[in-house]
Amino acid sequence: MKARYLNPRNLPVLVTLALFIIMFGLGSIAFRGFFSVQNFLNLFIDNAYLLILAVGMTFVIVSGGIDLSVGSMLALSTMVSSSLVQKSHLSPLIVIPVVLLLGTGLGLFMGYLIQTFNLPPFIITLAGLYLARGLCYVVSIDTIAISNSFWKAAANSQINLIGKNFISPSALIAVVVVLVGLYVSRFTKFGRIVYAMGGNEQSALLMGLPVASTKIAIYALSGFCSALAGIVFTFYTLSGYALNGKGMELDAIATVVIGGTLLTGGVGTILGTVVGVLVYGIIQVLIMFQGTLNSWWTRIVIGFLVFVFCLLQRLFESRKKAATAKSVLRQPANTQAAP
Amino acid sequence: MVRLRSLNRSKIVWPLVTLGILLVFNLFFIPNFFRIEIIEGHLFGNLIDIIKNAAPIMLLAIGLTLVIATHGIDISVGSVVAISAGVVAMLIGGDLKGNPKYPIAIAMAAALLVSTVAGMWNGMLVSRIGMQPIIATLILFVAGRGIAMVTTNAMVIWLYAKPFALLGQGYRLGLPFSIYIVAFLLVLTILFTRKTALGMFIEAVGINPTATRFAGINARNILFWCYAFSGFCAGVSGLIVCSTVMSADGNNAGNLFELDAILAVVLGGTSLAGGRFFLIGSMVGALIIQTLTTTIYAFNVPPEIAQVVKALVVYAVSLLQSDTFRARVAGIFGRREAAA
Repeated sequence: MKARYLNPRNLPVLVTLALFIIMFGLGSIAFRGFFSVQNFLNLFIDNAYLLILAVGMTFVIVSGGIDLSVGSMLALSTMVSSSLVQKSHLSPLIVIPVVLLLGTGLGLFMGYLIQTFNLPPFIITLAGLYLARGLCYVVSIDTIAISNSFWKAAANSQINLIGKNFISPSALIAVVVVLVGLYVSRFTKFGRIVYAMGGNEQSALLMGLPVASTKIAIYALSGFCSALAGIVFTFYTLSGYALNGKGMELDAIATVVIGGTLLTGGVGTILGTVVGVLVYGIIQVLIMFQGTLNSWWTRIVIGFLVFVFCLLQRLFESRKKAATAKSVLRQPANTQAAP
Repeated sequence: MVRLRSLNRSKIVWPLVTLGILLVFNLFFIPNFFRIEIIEGHLFGNLIDIIKNAAPIMLLAIGLTLVIATHGIDISVGSVVAISAGVVAMLIGGDLKGNPKYPIAIAMAAALLVSTVAGMWNGMLVSRIGMQPIIATLILFVAGRGIAMVTTNAMVIWLYAKPFALLGQGYRLGLPFSIYIVAFLLVLTILFTRKTALGMFIEAVGINPTATRFAGINARNILFWCYAFSGFCAGVSGLIVCSTVMSADGNNAGNLFELDAILAVVLGGTSLAGGRFFLIGSMVGALIIQTLTTTIYAFNVPPEIAQVVKALVVYAVSLLQSDTFRARVAGIFGRREAAA
């Protein structure tokens, strides 16, 4: 049991968790009113959309791919939902499924291109980034404010927890997405195939796993998550704007990396990603509490953290290589010589 | 049929054909597209504008072509453009009378130095630590915009030092000055890569870095300097961007440039898998993007929607580069021939 927790695979996640606790502790010592359950819950409330994006991104990165389109897909989702609600006066019951379908469809399209024509995910989702951002402007160039009662309710209502603490409906949606993500990644066939693909796609294929359909499904899932994140984003801003979520794809990737997911694929957990998002959130809160620092320092700190965690990953990888090299050497000579 | 195949193999043909189709389209649909006038001794016209506006992307594409040839990628170039613009603007200063705080040459040199150091940082991460290029440059992509904003104190700095405007707005011998900068850097790069063994070394690293090392070539150093050079090119591009609008905006300078530059390189026939590169192709790629943008504007389409067209072009080009797609299309035609 002890050995399981000290598994070097978990090391990056544990480092991130320790980092989060230290940052929270330092903030509590340095600033008055920092230490509270509500401040912790606020991290979920303020970063719900990022959490949803990051869960989708974790699946993509664990499978060995990348999705750069999520930020623009989020923007497109905010534009389409606000336009349908505000200009076409449709009920949220119709709008939300339509937007989710649209996101899933675009993801499906990109996944299809990547899988069927063996194209690099980096380029296809990069084009997706352009496409979704451009489609935003096709919907409308101006901001569309939402005055729908359902949206207002979602934006303003609070769900009370024990004591005076509360979370928002957005945070609740994010938590549900995380739980579903956890279940899917650990206990379903789909989830296990994603890990197998990330470990070695060729082997997964030779094992007879449905790699092709899974790959397409992964990008569709990421598209779905972006669309959902977009809807949640409109709960904050009560508007659709084509410049929403600019650069957010990289925030999502950064949080996934900080959460201990290997960019080479095959290794990573949803829980790690959650901690990654929390670290991202706490940096913002610390900079806000500090007051004098420019909010742009968040980006510099995040960049630095990604650097540190990539270094850690490299260290872990080279150790693993050294370990395999040793175990190969230990094998009896005759097994190696056998044809 | 044989001739067609050899055409297909020569990678420069397709970008040129694409550019040609675009230009012919413009000839018919946009009045006076090819007219070039001489006003006050300068050449004016759509074609000149296209080259002038493509200059920053062309500069980025020169550096990126080499990086992509090593099977790498540099997504930080847009942020480095912002840093370079920020540094030069801070050193020249927003004095309303146009008196620079430091001599303009020193300010420019400092900006180029900072950009090259930024590139070296990427190079170090990729070649010494062995990070995947997209991740290594992701770090500077995220942090770089922050650095640019902190350099300029998150303000837009307006410049009034007249001589600095030469880079992006000036004319020499009737042509925009930026064209000469691009041409100079391009010729220098081609000389260094094609007239020495350097180009072959770069391609070798892109095909198999381990084999290259065993062949006695210092693959790490080649990688390192490719990224440093890409940073330098982004720095030059930043100077031109800053000079064109005479201001430095850390948030918007060079925004999405990395995408345009990568697109230019890919359109130009350099495969993202590395191993081969076509500098002239990348330049044609940058011109295609700019011509496309100009064409879209000419139809009164809002500039933002141009992105949709760009995305569709990327999909089309990627599909054309895909062997599976080619095989399928060939399969369809083959069947038809068989039926006939």
